[in-house]
Amino acid sequence: MGKVLMKGNEAIGEAAIRAGCLNYFAYPITPQSEVAEYLARRMPEVGGVFLQGESEVAVSYMIFGAAACGERIFTTSSSPGISLMSEGISYISGAQCPAVFVNIMRGGPGLGGILPSQADYLQSTKGGGHGDYKLLVMAPASVQEAVEMVMRAFPLAEKYRNPVMILGDGLIGQMMEPVEFPDHLKVEPSNKNEWATNGMDTRKSKTRNLVKTMYLNPEELNAHNLKLKAKYEQMAREEILYENYNLDGKYKVLIVSYGTMSRVCRTAIDNLKANGLEVGMVRPQHVFPFPHQAINQAASKKSCQAVLSVEMCMGQMVEDVERSVLGKRPVHWYGKCGGEVPTPEEVMEEVERLLS
Amino acid sequence: MGKTFQKPEALSDAITHYCPGCTHGVAHRLVAEVIDELGIRGRTVGIGPVGCAVMMYNYFTFDFQEAAHGRAPAMATGAKRVRPDLIVFTYQGDGDLASIGLSEIVHAANRGEKFTTIFINNAVYGMTGGQMAPTTMPDQRTTTSPFGRKVADVGMPIKMAEMLTSLETPGYIARQALIKPKYINRAKKAIKKAFTYQIENRCFGLVELISTCPTNWGMTPVDALKWAEEKMLHYYKLGEFKNPDED
Ligand SMILES: Cc1ncc(C[n+]2csc(CCOP(=O)(O)OP(=O)(O)O)c2C)c(N)n1
Ligand code: SF4
Repeated sequence: MGKVLMKGNEAIGEAAIRAGCLNYFAYPITPQSEVAEYLARRMPEVGGVFLQGESEVAVSYMIFGAAACGERIFTTSSSPGISLMSEGISYISGAQCPAVFVNIMRGGPGLGGILPSQADYLQSTKGGGHGDYKLLVMAPASVQEAVEMVMRAFPLAEKYRNPVMILGDGLIGQMMEPVEFPDHLKVEPSNKNEWATNGMDTRKSKTRNLVKTMYLNPEELNAHNLKLKAKYEQMAREEILYENYNLDGKYKVLIVSYGTMSRVCRTAIDNLKANGLEVGMVRPQHVFPFPHQAINQAASKKSCQAVLSVEMCMGQMVEDVERSVLGKRPVHWYGKCGGEVPTPEEVMEEVERLLS
Repeated sequence: MGKTFQKPEALSDAITHYCPGCTHGVAHRLVAEVIDELGIRGRTVGIGPVGCAVMMYNYFTFDFQEAAHGRAPAMATGAKRVRPDLIVFTYQGDGDLASIGLSEIVHAANRGEKFTTIFINNAVYGMTGGQMAPTTMPDQRTTTSPFGRKVADVGMPIKMAEMLTSLETPGYIARQALIKPKYINRAKKAIKKAFTYQIENRCFGLVELISTCPTNWGMTPVDALKWAEEKMLHYYKLGEFKNPDED
């Protein structure tokens, strides 16, 4: 199949189907409602399940119930909806069920606005819900990358028996871009009979399975949390993903930026280069686990005088960048969080201001 | 002479943690007997509540999911939609179903989800120590209504069975009681009907069971049974409220 022009939200829906996920529950919210609208038409065509839930709270538990049966399942929402789903995400993580959540972020706090934002960075990478859990968080910078990430998200969720989140800003959902769908990918969750509540008749062993999150015995709960921790450590070893840009030369400033914002930074870097100023960038493609080492290395380069975290929020990623740079260089923040995407010129000005 | 009494296969050997005289055990047994009689144990998935029955999975011998407080009907929806061949039921208390999870049960019933709900109405929050529930009777004392439930302040108890019956979507809705053998026999019939409608892929089914919580009512088990019969049954009328065959 060649390239087709598609809106990000629709491409995300199609990508899930091509990843073999034929189950979708959701509640409408701007700027991601097109996923539900697309799948309301598309799921019946492929014999899949589409259901509009009564709230994001309910949807997150529909996801839990379906995931607990060992079936591929996903939902999409935007910031306020993800806040409501966070309780369910905590339970799904605790119960070790695979599921994919897509957050097409809008501005907050509260109702905030409906324009693009990256203000759920901390919510998605540091918690959101209660308890010691982590999500694998992927941050696409184009519709093509969103498609590829959605398709990889399902096998990764199954590998770790843990929810995976696609963290896209509103533009990723709303943008029309040419996309090419990778070959149909369908990996059966191989070990689901060991844990899923899919009916004892499904299994040879005829032993019953239990999906639960409560461990009243402190030793058992501690052991359970150590098991979860080991998975997050494995993610940190095996799932770091980032892209370097213009790191070969003697750059004076290192930008760390992800999603749509990183594309603006790319243009700014190209323009600055034309003006004779070298700036490099590390773009985390996964924001959890975070590419600490890559950023540390890039910031340590002799020519590099400062590090700039550029985000469509009030600097939520700065802490992670600081924890990467470890005091070797000053870390600054630039961004906006009203819904406007900073322009390349604004990023250029900020870089120049830093060096003056 | 053959066996006159035996434990259903669907029940495990574990000793329950319920207080003496608690009717959760009776409800468990009825569900287990029905599952045995219908021969569905191998394709049944139970979804437990948050409440005194949170560890009910220990007492059954088939697949189980442990829900968050009130969300069992959403989980059942998810499970049943992606695996319509499974037999799915939720088991919920009155805090779980009629308070925090009200939205989930109403919408699941209204969509006509093909699962079964066993609803334990014991007029209090048992697990957390006897606080007021939406089903607490007028003037009934609880730890958060120490002077009795004041209707002027917090309204009348919610009649869940009647409320769900008002939905236009076909379904099976009944209320029975676990306080005397004759009621218990009717309760079992109702539970069996609800599961049968599910097996036939007909409709959503809910059986509300008037139950006792001697511990939090501050009564002996026998007094609790008497109190439930005298104080609850005139308000919570027993019977079959809705049946898909009549719709
Ligand atoms: C979100 C959330 N809020 C509150 C609680 C605390 N809690 C646990 S059980 C319960 C009430 C249970 O009462 P009921 O549903 O009537 O069941 P019973 O214990 O009487 O069987 C509450 C409030 C919780 N676990 N989760
Ligand atoms: S507290 Fe009440 S509902 Fe809970 S086990 Fe004891 S008697 Fe039963």
